[in-house]
Amino acid sequence: MDSELKREIIVDNYQNPYHKGLKNQPDYIKANTNNESCIDNIDIELKIEDGKIIDANFDGEACAISTSATSIFLRKIIGKTIEEVKELINNYENLINEKDYDENKLGELMAYDTIYLQPNRKTCALLPVNTIEKILLQMEEEKNWK
Amino acid sequence: MIIINREDFPILNKDLIYFDNGATTLKPKCVIDAMNDYYYNYGANIHRGDYKISLEASNAYEEVRNKVARFINAKSANEIVFTSGATDSLNKIVFGFMKNYLDENDEVLLTKSEHASNVLPWLELAKIKNIKIKYIPLNQQHELTIEKVKESINKNTKVISIAAITNVVGDVRDINKISKIAHENNIILVVDGAQSVPHMKTDVIKDDIDFLAFSAHKMLGPTGVGVLYGKTKYLEKMAPIEFGGGMNQYFEVDGEVEYKSIPTRFEAGTPPISEVIGLGKALDYLESIGMDKIYNYEKELKHYLINKLKKNPKIILYNESSESGILAFNLEGIFSQDTAIYLDHYNICLRAGNHCAKILKDEINIKNTCRISLYFYNTKEEIDKLVEILEKSDDLYKIIL
Ligand SMILES: Cc1ncc(COP(=O)(O)O)c(C=O)c1O
Repeated sequence: MDSELKREIIVDNYQNPYHKGLKNQPDYIKANTNNESCIDNIDIELKIEDGKIIDANFDGEACAISTSATSIFLRKIIGKTIEEVKELINNYENLINEKDYDENKLGELMAYDTIYLQPNRKTCALLPVNTIEKILLQMEEEKNWK
Repeated sequence: MIIINREDFPILNKDLIYFDNGATTLKPKCVIDAMNDYYYNYGANIHRGDYKISLEASNAYEEVRNKVARFINAKSANEIVFTSGATDSLNKIVFGFMKNYLDENDEVLLTKSEHASNVLPWLELAKIKNIKIKYIPLNQQHELTIEKVKESINKNTKVISIAAITNVVGDVRDINKISKIAHENNIILVVDGAQSVPHMKTDVIKDDIDFLAFSAHKMLGPTGVGVLYGKTKYLEKMAPIEFGGGMNQYFEVDGEVEYKSIPTRFEAGTPPISEVIGLGKALDYLESIGMDKIYNYEKELKHYLINKLKKNPKIILYNESSESGILAFNLEGIFSQDTAIYLDHYNICLRAGNHCAKILKDEINIKNTCRISLYFYNTKEEIDKLVEILEKSDDLYKIIL
């Protein structure tokens, strides 16, 4: 992906993000970024049924990188099973942390393949996945209670 | 115009424009040298040795107490307590003094533009004592007016605790008038001087301040040391909140204990000796320029900055009218952190975020801003450079992505 296209993907998803605006319904599970090292503040909510993501939304104020990454990520995970989402997260984390990854699975997320050059921005790129992981953990905990 | 020797600040010899003085200031070489000198030549503990270098260290440490007292015009050096910073000072005031002083239903007045350090200790105290924390309403410019101070006082008001200059809005409060109003109503006035003491003349007698808190690192000094000033009559009633060596006269196994007199009573453990010595040098440096000169120069710089930024239609200013060197702004449509990262690309340092004034968002309806906070070593040339880079920010995403 050339840098012009990458920038376009990021800026488009920042200025006109997908799935922005929370539904706040009881059948959604929500989590906040609470990132201690930056000022980004995003809420993500997922609706999960039969082990599948049915809907995903976010809201909040954050920088171009974390907002766009959240927008792209949410668009990608809708319709996926939790296993698939975990695999995607794994791949994406590897991309950000300069480890081996499967390019075909990442698609538009490849726009972040040079973030490692700005180490202080890695947390921005990882913001959505950390929050989604929080939700999945929350879901598993709830399941164990039942 | 202040003529300063930029070479006094080693870090400025790099290609760096530093506009984050509200967070911490740069250090002149003389401050660093004074601290090194202590470590190299007389690095002993204070108040206990029977040998020459310990005495030398004790004297250097206590001499700074005298300097601080002179600097803020306190009646006596006994009214100066060294702390670890403004935050520590405020916590000592709230938990060492106010916890005993305040009774059920007493009220404390703050404002929503206070720093977390002047809000959270009070909110914590309110959890353990049945007191009320209230916020004096601010005006359209998010500034505090005397009228609102008067209106907010009732018979239960016992304390007003406010910054003399706030760290995002940068409004300069009329401490002299507020103090008169407070004392007419038997109210204790606590002043958070973290952003004012480094930038303007402070006179605790003229302004009749009851308690004052500030940090060395925001006024050319090192991190890890700050000052708590309290009138003698209040310090005498203040309880230590830390206990240990250096602050007791004697103690027995059965718990009988007698503490030293003020201010040593409040300095448990080995204090930050080299830092206090560094603070002393910082005060010398500031006095050699003159606080009035510093204040006027910063105001002049801020007006210059505002006039230039106003020509840029993409810039939103939040606190044009305030009379300090603090300016909060955003580039339209750009998240504050992205703007800061863009400027960092040109080695311009400023702060993005909520600046530890998290309840200010209720006031200005915007959570995050970029903040420029000036100091006397900043120049019009540096401002020109900033303005120019903000003007050509159409390629911002090209730079930061
Ligand atoms: C108005 C105000 N009060 C208190 C503080 C706390 O100072 P410190 O972190 O040095 O304790 C600050 C620091 O940013 C401040 O700006």
